[in-house]
Amino acid sequence: MRLAGLGLIDRDTPLRFTFDGRSYEGFQGDTLASALLANNVRLMARSFKYHRPRGVLTAGSEEPNALVTIGRGAAQTPNVRATVQEIFAGLEARGQNAWPSVNHDLMAVNDLLSPFLGAGFYYKTFMWPRRFWESLYEPVIRRAAGLGALGGDADRAQYDKAFAHCDLLVIGGGPAGLVAALLAGRAGADVILADEDSRFGGRLLAETEEVGGVPGPDWVAGVLAELSGMGNVRLMVRTTVTGAYDQGTYGALERVSLHRTDPGDAPLETFWRIAAKQVVLASGAIERPIAFPMNDRPGIMMAGAVRAYLNRWGVAAGRRVAVFANNDGAHRTARDLARAGVEIAAVIDSRPDAQASGDYPVFTGTTITGTSGRHGIEEITIPDRGDTRAIKCDCLAMSGGWNPALHLTSHMGARPVWQDDIAAFVPAKDAVPGMTVAGAARGVFSTAGCLADGARAAGKALQALGKPVKKPELPQAEDGAYALAPLWQVPGKGRAWLDFQNDVTVKDVKLAAQENFRSVEHMKRYTTQGMATDQGKTSNIAAMAVLADATGRSLPETGTTTFRPPYTPVTIAAMGAGGLDKGFAPERFMTSHTASLQRGAPMIEAGLWYRPSYFPAPHETTWREACDREVLMVRNAVGVADVSTLGKIDIQGPDSARFLDFVYSNRFSTLKPGRVRYGLMLREDGHVMDDGTTARLGDRHYLMTTTTAAAGPVMMHLDWVKQGLMPGADVQFVSVTEQWAQFAVAGPGARAVLDLVLDTPLDPADWPFMACGAVQVMGVAGRLFRISFSGEEGYEIAVPARFGENLFRVLVSHAESLGGGPYGMEALNVLRIEKGFVTHAEIHGRVTAFDIGMQRMISPGKDCIGKAASQRPGLSGPDRDQLVGLRPIGAVQDFAAGGHLFADANPATAKNSEGYVTSVGYSPVQQSYLGMGFLRNGRARHGETVRLVDHLRGIEARCVVTDPVVFDPDGGRMRA
Amino acid sequence: MRIPCPICGERDSREFTYKGAAVAMQRPDPDAGAAAWDDYLHLRDNPAGETRELWYHGAGCTGWLVVTRNTLTHRILAAGLASELAR
Repeated sequence: MRLAGLGLIDRDTPLRFTFDGRSYEGFQGDTLASALLANNVRLMARSFKYHRPRGVLTAGSEEPNALVTIGRGAAQTPNVRATVQEIFAGLEARGQNAWPSVNHDLMAVNDLLSPFLGAGFYYKTFMWPRRFWESLYEPVIRRAAGLGALGGDADRAQYDKAFAHCDLLVIGGGPAGLVAALLAGRAGADVILADEDSRFGGRLLAETEEVGGVPGPDWVAGVLAELSGMGNVRLMVRTTVTGAYDQGTYGALERVSLHRTDPGDAPLETFWRIAAKQVVLASGAIERPIAFPMNDRPGIMMAGAVRAYLNRWGVAAGRRVAVFANNDGAHRTARDLARAGVEIAAVIDSRPDAQASGDYPVFTGTTITGTSGRHGIEEITIPDRGDTRAIKCDCLAMSGGWNPALHLTSHMGARPVWQDDIAAFVPAKDAVPGMTVAGAARGVFSTAGCLADGARAAGKALQALGKPVKKPELPQAEDGAYALAPLWQVPGKGRAWLDFQNDVTVKDVKLAAQENFRSVEHMKRYTTQGMATDQGKTSNIAAMAVLADATGRSLPETGTTTFRPPYTPVTIAAMGAGGLDKGFAPERFMTSHTASLQRGAPMIEAGLWYRPSYFPAPHETTWREACDREVLMVRNAVGVADVSTLGKIDIQGPDSARFLDFVYSNRFSTLKPGRVRYGLMLREDGHVMDDGTTARLGDRHYLMTTTTAAAGPVMMHLDWVKQGLMPGADVQFVSVTEQWAQFAVAGPGARAVLDLVLDTPLDPADWPFMACGAVQVMGVAGRLFRISFSGEEGYEIAVPARFGENLFRVLVSHAESLGGGPYGMEALNVLRIEKGFVTHAEIHGRVTAFDIGMQRMISPGKDCIGKAASQRPGLSGPDRDQLVGLRPIGAVQDFAAGGHLFADANPATAKNSEGYVTSVGYSPVQQSYLGMGFLRNGRARHGETVRLVDHLRGIEARCVVTDPVVFDPDGGRMRA
Repeated sequence: MRIPCPICGERDSREFTYKGAAVAMQRPDPDAGAAAWDDYLHLRDNPAGETRELWYHGAGCTGWLVVTRNTLTHRILAAGLASELAR
């Protein structure tokens, strides 16, 4: 019920919204919870397990009950706290975990079954038969219990991530935080003040206190006016600091436009990473419920929340309100409501010595022993001279005291400590480096105390920052003592809830203790207490108190749970902002990319690169047809392939030869300028890291090529060897992968094609196999390398990348005039398998030079990376899996890499595996599938028959073991 | 976490790649024997406290850094260039 003349809402801006299909009106400044309460809607949700009717409990982000679903379709967001969601014109909210609606929920039958649904019921009940668990029990339980659901479509809304740096991050904009930010701002520090609420002020917005002789909200407005005039202070509302991490890094979630009808170009939420030199944590405190019988009905709320709805939003949470508390503060709720004209049914204070606070019935030294009301509270019961007395009410404001919101102080591993006088945990000393805790977050509960404590914290932070510290003048404020007597649970008939969100009751915690889950951590997991989306903000301490009581220990002895980030739920979309689709990984395109697409080539990914898989001819319907044609084209005419993705590293300097001798297993100091050599690179542990060709362009100038996939790791490795192991060496290198476009021209017609693009025709005498040098390509300075990855006479021609696309088109056109054309990765793979050339399918990180038959490439006369380790026992010899060729016997349906090799007579089990297949391809030249793989002592077993079994793909084939080199074994064609 | 690169200044740890203990810079002689090489390649201390480790500033200056870090607090105490420390 909305009251006239109260609250901080903008009554000139009414907003219409819907809840569960019904239209309501609220005002600018309302949360969904305050607007619904103003419209006398008490029932907002159904509980997780028992489908109990639930109303709003709190007025903040700790809300366990009032979870709703916002929006529809892809934009549907479940589990939104009605206490946090601000209303806007057109907001569409729905109740969840109920069918057909929260008012009429057929699944409420669960509540009748509650005697059977206690802690751990499914561990005990749904044990047998075991096979029913996945197929029947779990799906049924999952459907019956739960929270809201996603729409099922990908969320295409905008999210963002951002970074900020500051001298001082102040977390929480209540009295302590505001004073801290103000003093630090005045001292010239670079300050960020962040608050999860939509406006600054904290409890001052929810109380009727005066600060400095003016109403609290007016004092807040004055401070904000000064802060916003400072260029060195950033004010961030709707920003929840969710986690504390190493070196003063904090995560924060900003709700940028979740409160707007149309976000426009703005993101819905932004996830911030804030690096702060100093932090003042002024996150306030959270009021805790009391576990009395049937304490979960709609209308039963926290006393502080009832005051907040009254004073901030002008809403009376009921027409006839009762208060139940163990502390003085809660009496304010009765006083404020009475002053606003709301009837106070009773104030029940568990302390025998409590003082009457106003003109309404006060019952001291007693407790509530029961409640009734179907869809909301209608009546409470208290003991009365040996009998009971019923008191009618439609709202019950309860308070078991306050817990400091110290969650962030334990994110780095510190454990909170128990403070007896306030019966609560407070932050450990120096819990997070650089963080000072101030105000209610460390158990200082009076407003005057918070102001002074905020000033103290600012002084400490400024001192650490080396900024001037002045003694502040603080305004007058309320300075009452915080008086309470601990009260956690009230015995009686009926369930007493601790964790409202996960439906955990006092009985569940006692059951856990009885079944010997006596550690807090075990109790939590057994009962699921504190494991819902609210992380037990309102329930943890009371649950521990019940456990302490049940196990005969004190509360500090029982321990505390560890708070971990995030403080409140963080949307994954915000954390991963920018990481969708192309944002997930950059795309690297070769200069021939467009030309390849124009020829209809499907692209395959190679790391971040995109390479053409094959170039389909008009009549071809399968990739195999294109691949077979391209292979034969290279073998019989000429093919052109873009090989620019291979890493190219330009190496220069007087020590470049010595450097290469050290990083390669074989020698490059003996390579003559104008020549190319194949090089093998080992890791220091003796296994093969990469291979490639390196050309000597000049006496002190080399050009190394790496495989496409290893270009980055090899560059990092070279940097390591130079800086970490050869720091004095005079050698420089730089990646030129993207500076040069490079094309393989291979086949009997290769030289003819090149002669059409080179300014001077090639003289075969000058260009033997493995020659290299400078050439003029249609007037452009280029490079030519006579190397072959196909086994044919082959060249690689390189030009500066800006000429790449044109050269590719020209080369392809000339090749086509000679009966050739472009070829893709599939053909390239078949050509190299026919020749037994290895790729990273073979040099996959677990093979040695010996395994691939290249042990002689480790030069005896010099040291190199990996040499010592490669000579260790076990890394060579007949026990090793060695590279072999495989050729299926007879016709096979399919032949694939990944299968294992078995001796013909052995069953195909893991124990009997003697090797595996790494690469396969269909050779149109051999008219057979060919494979490469590793076989135990394989080099000695050429001619043997083995069985290839691939359980995953259902392939089984008998193969003959061959030399890896099948085509042109003496290499005559590439040397031609 | 941020690492103070001697060349680039304090930078986010995501710009760096971790390699392991800085003992990798003490490469044994080729003929130091199997035990020395085994130690160098495979055996590492796991200190609760200060440790010296290698980080590669791949998204920055491509420098290899020797970073002194406390494994208990994640506090970074020093960072120097491997190329200077290895001399």
